[in-house]
Amino acid sequence: MKTEHRIVSKRQLSEEVYRIEVLAPLVARERKAGQFVVVMYDEEYSERIPLTIADADPEKGTVTLIFQTVGASTHKLALKEPGDSIVLLGPLGNPTHIEKFGWAVCVGGGIGLAPLHPIVKALKEAGNRVTVISGARTAELLIMQDEMNAVADENIVVTDDGTAGRKALVTVPLAELCAASPPPDIVVAIGPPIMMKFCAETTRPFGIKTLASLNTIMIDGTGMCGGCRVSVGGATKFVCVDGPEFDAHQVDWGQMMSRLGAYKDIEKEAHEKCHLEMSIKQLEKERS
Amino acid sequence: MSHMETSFYQQAAQAELEKIHSAALTPRARMAITVQDMPCQDPEVRRHNMQEVAIGYTREQAMLEAERCLQCKNAPCVAGCPVKIDIPGFIRKVKEGDFTGAGQVIKQTNLLPSICGRVCPQEKQCQLPCTVGKALGGVDKAVQIGRLERFVADYEREHGLQTVPHAGPSSGKRVAIVGAGPAGLTCAVDVRREGHDVAVFEAFHKAGGVMVYGIPEFRLPKALVASEAGLLESMGVQFEMNFLVGRTRKLSSLLKEDGFDAVFIGTGAGLPKFMDIPGENLVGVFSANEYLTRANLMKAYEIGKAGTPIYPSRRVAVLGGGNVAMDSARMAMRLGAEEVRVLYRRTREEMPARAEEVGHAMEEGIIFDFLASPTKVVGDDKGKVAGLEVLSYQLGEPDESGRRKPVPIRGSEHFVPFDTVIVAIGNESNPLISRTTPDLHVDRHGHIIVDEKQKTSLDRVYAGGDIVLGAATVILAMGEGRRAAAAINEVLQ
Repeated sequence: MKTEHRIVSKRQLSEEVYRIEVLAPLVARERKAGQFVVVMYDEEYSERIPLTIADADPEKGTVTLIFQTVGASTHKLALKEPGDSIVLLGPLGNPTHIEKFGWAVCVGGGIGLAPLHPIVKALKEAGNRVTVISGARTAELLIMQDEMNAVADENIVVTDDGTAGRKALVTVPLAELCAASPPPDIVVAIGPPIMMKFCAETTRPFGIKTLASLNTIMIDGTGMCGGCRVSVGGATKFVCVDGPEFDAHQVDWGQMMSRLGAYKDIEKEAHEKCHLEMSIKQLEKERS
Repeated sequence: MSHMETSFYQQAAQAELEKIHSAALTPRARMAITVQDMPCQDPEVRRHNMQEVAIGYTREQAMLEAERCLQCKNAPCVAGCPVKIDIPGFIRKVKEGDFTGAGQVIKQTNLLPSICGRVCPQEKQCQLPCTVGKALGGVDKAVQIGRLERFVADYEREHGLQTVPHAGPSSGKRVAIVGAGPAGLTCAVDVRREGHDVAVFEAFHKAGGVMVYGIPEFRLPKALVASEAGLLESMGVQFEMNFLVGRTRKLSSLLKEDGFDAVFIGTGAGLPKFMDIPGENLVGVFSANEYLTRANLMKAYEIGKAGTPIYPSRRVAVLGGGNVAMDSARMAMRLGAEEVRVLYRRTREEMPARAEEVGHAMEEGIIFDFLASPTKVVGDDKGKVAGLEVLSYQLGEPDESGRRKPVPIRGSEHFVPFDTVIVAIGNESNPLISRTTPDLHVDRHGHIIVDEKQKTSLDRVYAGGDIVLGAATVILAMGEGRRAAAAINEVLQ
């Protein structure tokens, strides 16, 4: 009865973003919007990598993970091919609280669009009107657009360089929507911490309830290490068992970001090494 | 004490053995035999490596130490053992040089002797009531039961004499064990012996629980834990790794849908406790769980190979006085810290850590600041730890427990520079199973409430180990696993 988590398909969405579909029937059956998994590229030396679940197919028994190669570990994960097995544990964290709020605005930045997608779907299924704001640095990094367009009532696209949609940060259309009358009933923001922080600052003056999904450092993901702790409303919370979603107005973003950077120097070195290795492997692949 | 090589101990023991005639020894003569010290790696060497500190008795040492046992009829040592090993019985075999026979005696009640021999707090259990220790005026003079247990287990393994416990004829019943730590593994063996199908569900990618994520390699080699878990597999116990009961599958689904007839919950320690002082979320403050898991399970010490980074530390403060604090301090030293200090609010006498570990830590150069406790973690402008504000204490009047109570000295706050703080003051309970299993009763700390047979508020659901006891020891967890197994075997008859 040993469960083998095998990669069934893999697609490169952009230079740094990969989409893998992994056989994990139990996770596919149990998971709900907002939850995540921990994966490892091997059992000996891999880091435990928390990744949000972008989609799941209970019939096929698969979960879809979308990740960006930001460090050594995600690079090694990106080298795995269909047929390879990985370690996968989940679903972890609490599901997003879904109800009929009325009008929901969902803001996704970069890779954050992946975990946002199931939330958009769930909010829609619960009878909400859903506006999505899709943001990325540049058009090439804009992911999940077909999926978002298929489910959202409206999808506002922004890029930092204007290569797709409006040339703006996500907070610009967000502020406009907040000023509407009546204003949105809830905002959900998933993306880089700095984006989530500014989304929180944008909605704060309007008093609109805003949720953010935090991607802190963690090891086990089950409530044992405490590495993921973050201060929310002055109290220490564990992202893995109390989150990953929190009231964005209550999160101590400065502290969260400095904790995320704890291993920055070590990671930078490892990342550069991996980037090289990966480029070499890709060259070899092209040649053969 | 200066460091001695194993050969020194071996020769000394050999010489003493030759002088005595076992059968003719009077109790007085037995008590006159030198207590056998544990050969260890040189502190100066071992503080830079991950290899096991204690090397283990030689056969001469083991046989000589066994001669110290008086074979008391009332065997007070057995009463002190949580799993009731026939201690005089196995020591008699060691004395006779029948190490295999000694192993068989131990295995009747303890399947994991190589682990227990290394990590049990013997000075608080079997060796505490030992007649020899009492007569000689100190528990350190007691028969070294733990070291003998380890010797026997290592002898068996090193000589390929390990036997797989026999699983009874299939009963057709199925038991789920949640958590592959000491409680779960012990329970699994005892239930499997009765012929029930056993599946162990483990959230991590390796079996062993605290024995792989928490206790460091230099105290409990991981190959040893893997070998013990391997024995279970040979018995037909199935392991389902990377499976978090409560999330991957609810406890109730295991019973109602997946056909398990009983469940044992041994999920162990949960959320780490912090001091609740300002600055604890600064970069450089770690729970001992996190620090040790990075270093042990994730092998962060193999820099360049391991994907998991470990924080580069120079000056480390460890808060707490238990085994986990000792492990953290000694690990930090091995990972290259220049100075490691353990801050403890009381004194050495009150430290809950195993005496041998405290001694080893001191030998390795760990500095102990007794009667000291931090009031604040001070950060720099980048959000990283710069040091601790420490308050000094003095011993006051005895409290209800009879121990002199530490009383803060007013105005004694002082700043001590550190770049890393490891908090080792215990754990809360993990809330995952109780949150997802509504009728499972827990106390206000979240620990699962059980009766004297380890049964929870739910039918056919048992629990044991740290999820019941709070932070305890490997052996107490094993004791609970064993008791639960007996109860499960009874209801499944």
